[in-house]
Amino acid sequence: MSFLEIEDVRKSFGHNEVLKGVTLNVERHEVVCLIGASGSGKSTLLRCVNQLEQVNGGEIHIDGDTVTGAGVDLNKLRRDVGIVFQSYNLFPHMSVLENVMLAPTRVVGISKEEAKEKAMTLLTSVGMQDKSSAYPDMLSGGQQQRVAIVRALAMEPRVMLLDEITAALDPELVGDVLEIVRELAHGGLTMLLATHEMGFAREVASQVCFLDSGSICENGPPEQIFDNPTEPRTQQFLSRVVKSGRL
Amino acid sequence: MSTPDLVEVETLPAPPPSQPQRVTGVAVTALVVDVVGIALMVFAGLLLRDYNHGGIFSTIVAIILVLGSLYPLWPTIQGFRGGAKRNRLLHNDELVAARRASARGREDATIGLGYGAAAIIVAGLLLLGLTNSGAVAETFFRTDAWHQSFGEAIQAFWINIWVAVVSFVLVLIFGLILAIMRMLPGRAGAPLRLIATVYCDVFRAVPAIVTVLLVVFGLPLAFTFTQRWNPAFMGVVALTLTYSAYVAEVYRAGLASIHPSQSAAARSLGLSYAQTLRAVLVPQAVRRMVPPLMNDFISLQKDTALLSIAAIPEVLLVTKLWESKLFNLSPVTLAAVFFIVITIPQARFVDHLINRDAAKRAGG
Ligand SMILES: Nc1ncnc2c1ncn2[C@@H]1O[C@H](COP(=O)(O)OP(=O)(O)O)[C@@H](O)[C@H]1O
Ligand SMILES: [Mg+2]
Repeated sequence: MSFLEIEDVRKSFGHNEVLKGVTLNVERHEVVCLIGASGSGKSTLLRCVNQLEQVNGGEIHIDGDTVTGAGVDLNKLRRDVGIVFQSYNLFPHMSVLENVMLAPTRVVGISKEEAKEKAMTLLTSVGMQDKSSAYPDMLSGGQQQRVAIVRALAMEPRVMLLDEITAALDPELVGDVLEIVRELAHGGLTMLLATHEMGFAREVASQVCFLDSGSICENGPPEQIFDNPTEPRTQQFLSRVVKSGRL
Repeated sequence: MSTPDLVEVETLPAPPPSQPQRVTGVAVTALVVDVVGIALMVFAGLLLRDYNHGGIFSTIVAIILVLGSLYPLWPTIQGFRGGAKRNRLLHNDELVAARRASARGREDATIGLGYGAAAIIVAGLLLLGLTNSGAVAETFFRTDAWHQSFGEAIQAFWINIWVAVVSFVLVLIFGLILAIMRMLPGRAGAPLRLIATVYCDVFRAVPAIVTVLLVVFGLPLAFTFTQRWNPAFMGVVALTLTYSAYVAEVYRAGLASIHPSQSAAARSLGLSYAQTLRAVLVPQAVRRMVPPLMNDFISLQKDTALLSIAAIPEVLLVTKLWESKLFNLSPVTLAAVFFIVITIPQARFVDHLINRDAAKRAGG
């Protein structure tokens, strides 16, 4: 049994069927990369996993427990599932430190001192200790994204969802953020991430999943997907990516 | 466009450099406007002095006004100078310098034009007030009427302020309850949502003056225990009912203006809906709510004058009594002045808040 099991998940917005039966398993300590054109449903799939969107069909299991459907304690589920968004979504009225401390103090209920100590340790590990009292709008995109990662990590999630977290960054800032993800992967954190950085996906992923208009078109180890894709649509997508200079 | 076209564009001859604009036209217009303004102002000043039988105070005011109307001549003259300089430079083929001189000259002349136009308006208003041998002043601005009514008027105005402040405190609370009802989720919340929505629609549709009449005359009949209440408190009830509907909408719009991604971020950290509201949404929304809330407070202050129709002795009722006693509207003008004095600083303050937020948003 896998740690995270996505079983035949369907999701529609009105008449627009965005996920058309997606099945995907993520083992403990595994890093799975979702690739696919814009609008193929990557974000929607990630948002279904932590129940920001409710599925219309299928089931999702985390560590054997069904997390879709009625009666699930969403607040508890979301403690275990961290998510980082493309647009950072830091809280603009709180300092960096307050952003990181908010959930541990309010949700887990640990003391302010303990939360602060932990937050500072995490901020130091991403090189943001000097900015702990800064407000988000004083930071660069790369710095904000690093804080957003730390904010999610402070809850000690068992799985992290990363939704194109470098897509909004200036090219020279992408490296720092990817470096953090690389370290998390080496540390054994289970991750499911949507990305346009194919080189990075090839490097860290144990499994790459090509999503095409709401269904998984091809799925396998990175060497297979990037070097010998069997599906014509995967080949097409990758050749477009190569042409735009992103591989 | 194909590549050969692009290349051809580069081989075209350079366009002729732009010429400096003419200055004289603007300067002459400004001069004409200035002269008309001065003439009108002199005429108005003479009337003002005559109206007060050559009193020293009005003579000084008249002289200051006429001197002020002379001011626009100065930038106008600068404009003519700029024009001359432009012509000279153009003659010497100093094109860039000529364009700059022209721009300066035109700006000066335009300033002369603007100030001259303002002088015409001020002189015109003064003439309007003084024609008909001072009928306007006699009707609205009689100082002896002000002297007589001032004491009672200012006392009555306290009732307006008191009613406005108490009402607004109640409005902030009741409006919040309505806003929360309107935002209740799911099927369970549907009936309460509907009730709150209907309430807001109804009380925003009914003119405030109608609500005041119904409440102040109806409440004591319908609920006899209210007969012992201070009638001003009936006014508080009526205004609270009306303004809560507006303020509920301000709360709701303020919260709705926070991007859903903030809520998504908070919820995915495990915060409950209530925690998200308290820690993330409300603190951000409050900043945006303050200017519209202040605007509603200002309207509420002005609407306290509606209580005059319900025989509550606030400033409009009292000054209207003086009006019928003196057969003169000046006491009512006094009431208007009171409202102006308390309202304008608040309106400036709201504008300041809005500008500050706009600057912040542009900067961030
Ligand atoms: N909240 C929503 N309401 C309606 N349509 C949505 C919503 N979110 C996403 N969609 C639609 O779902 C499709 C997939 O979007 P998304 O999951 O964001 O794709 P990706 O992340 O791969 O670019 C798009 O066509 C988008 O318009
Ligand atoms: Mg997306």
